[in-house]
Amino acid sequence: MNPAYRPHHPRWHRERMPIFWWLGQPAYVKFITRELTSLAVGYGALLLLAEVYTLERGPAAHDRFLHFLAAPPVLVFHLLVCAALLFHTVTWLNLAPKALVVRLGGRRLPDWAVVAGHYLLWLAASGAVVVWLLRGGS
Amino acid sequence: MPEPIETSETIRLDVLRYRPEEEAEPTWQSYEVPLRRDWMVLDGLNYIKDSLDGSLSYRWACRMGVCGSCGMMVNGKPILTCAAYLTALAPGPVKIEPLRGFPVIRDLVIDLREFLDKLKSVKPWIVRSEEKPLAEGEYLQTPEELAEYKPYSMCINCLLCYAACPINALEPGFVGPAAIALAQRYNFDSRDQGAAERLDILSRHEGIWACTFVGECSAVCPKGVDPAGAIQRYKVRATADWWRSVLMPWGTR
Repeated sequence: MNPAYRPHHPRWHRERMPIFWWLGQPAYVKFITRELTSLAVGYGALLLLAEVYTLERGPAAHDRFLHFLAAPPVLVFHLLVCAALLFHTVTWLNLAPKALVVRLGGRRLPDWAVVAGHYLLWLAASGAVVVWLLRGGS
Repeated sequence: MPEPIETSETIRLDVLRYRPEEEAEPTWQSYEVPLRRDWMVLDGLNYIKDSLDGSLSYRWACRMGVCGSCGMMVNGKPILTCAAYLTALAPGPVKIEPLRGFPVIRDLVIDLREFLDKLKSVKPWIVRSEEKPLAEGEYLQTPEELAEYKPYSMCINCLLCYAACPINALEPGFVGPAAIALAQRYNFDSRDQGAAERLDILSRHEGIWACTFVGECSAVCPKGVDPAGAIQRYKVRATADWWRSVLMPWGTR
């Protein structure tokens, strides 16, 4: 007999969530990875701000910053950050049609069209930046 | 030599039992049940109840995936046990637990009351600011208007989406996937005028904002309701409403 039990008064059991609840299933691991890679997004933004800051302090400071970026460990780290950014971007864009319902001429656009639209915008924006850089940034 | 007919194959079901009058924590109990080609997991449980151990408690009713009572965690995944073949889980053992994230009353029976309160809080019925007189006839709807909310109306309240949602287990106050999807079912209904009332309830943290878009609710839904999509569309709508109220404070919602 369980001493805590009282007749006519149910004693519910509540399962506690273990801290690593997400390790068991691939879908949960993917979700946590997507959430964690948002740190890489934040880091990317900070890195850009840091570069703008060194630019403002003069050419010498900016050269030091570029020198820091070229160091092999930093390069390897930034490759990892880039992979995380790509993972975040792709998983995020693929989810877009869940939140976005676009209607054209009274008909709802299919999910693939919403996703394709996002990728095209991404490609166009990246292309514009590349063209701008190739022209010497002016 | 062909095997004798009597020694048909069996499969082991490991069932998480909770008998509050006897034990403080749930314990596993194993049963051997026949592995028949046309048996679902629920048939295995019924075999235990009928032939092995009449004290096993669980909910079921229709056996055809419409009543939504037989949802359980099978091998860690929330499914309707009336719609999962035992042979697909062979050779076993098959782990059967109550739906995750709910208080367990006994064995595989969970307490639904918290969910029912949440469901009621989102006013899942047609809200009208004023009813039109009977003489004007019924509220007509075009097939397009029907298609707008129909997928969300397929919910059978089986709670698989709650069991798949880690937020529901971590934050018991979260209104949850099915209730929010049903709120949207009425928001998208051309006859309904209660969207603003529901948004007041659901724009709180425990409403739509507790959702972090894990997306598993939609993956496990046996009726293809897509609660994750319903919640994200709600977030977009709430954000648009907020911006409108900031940029155009003189406008009405």
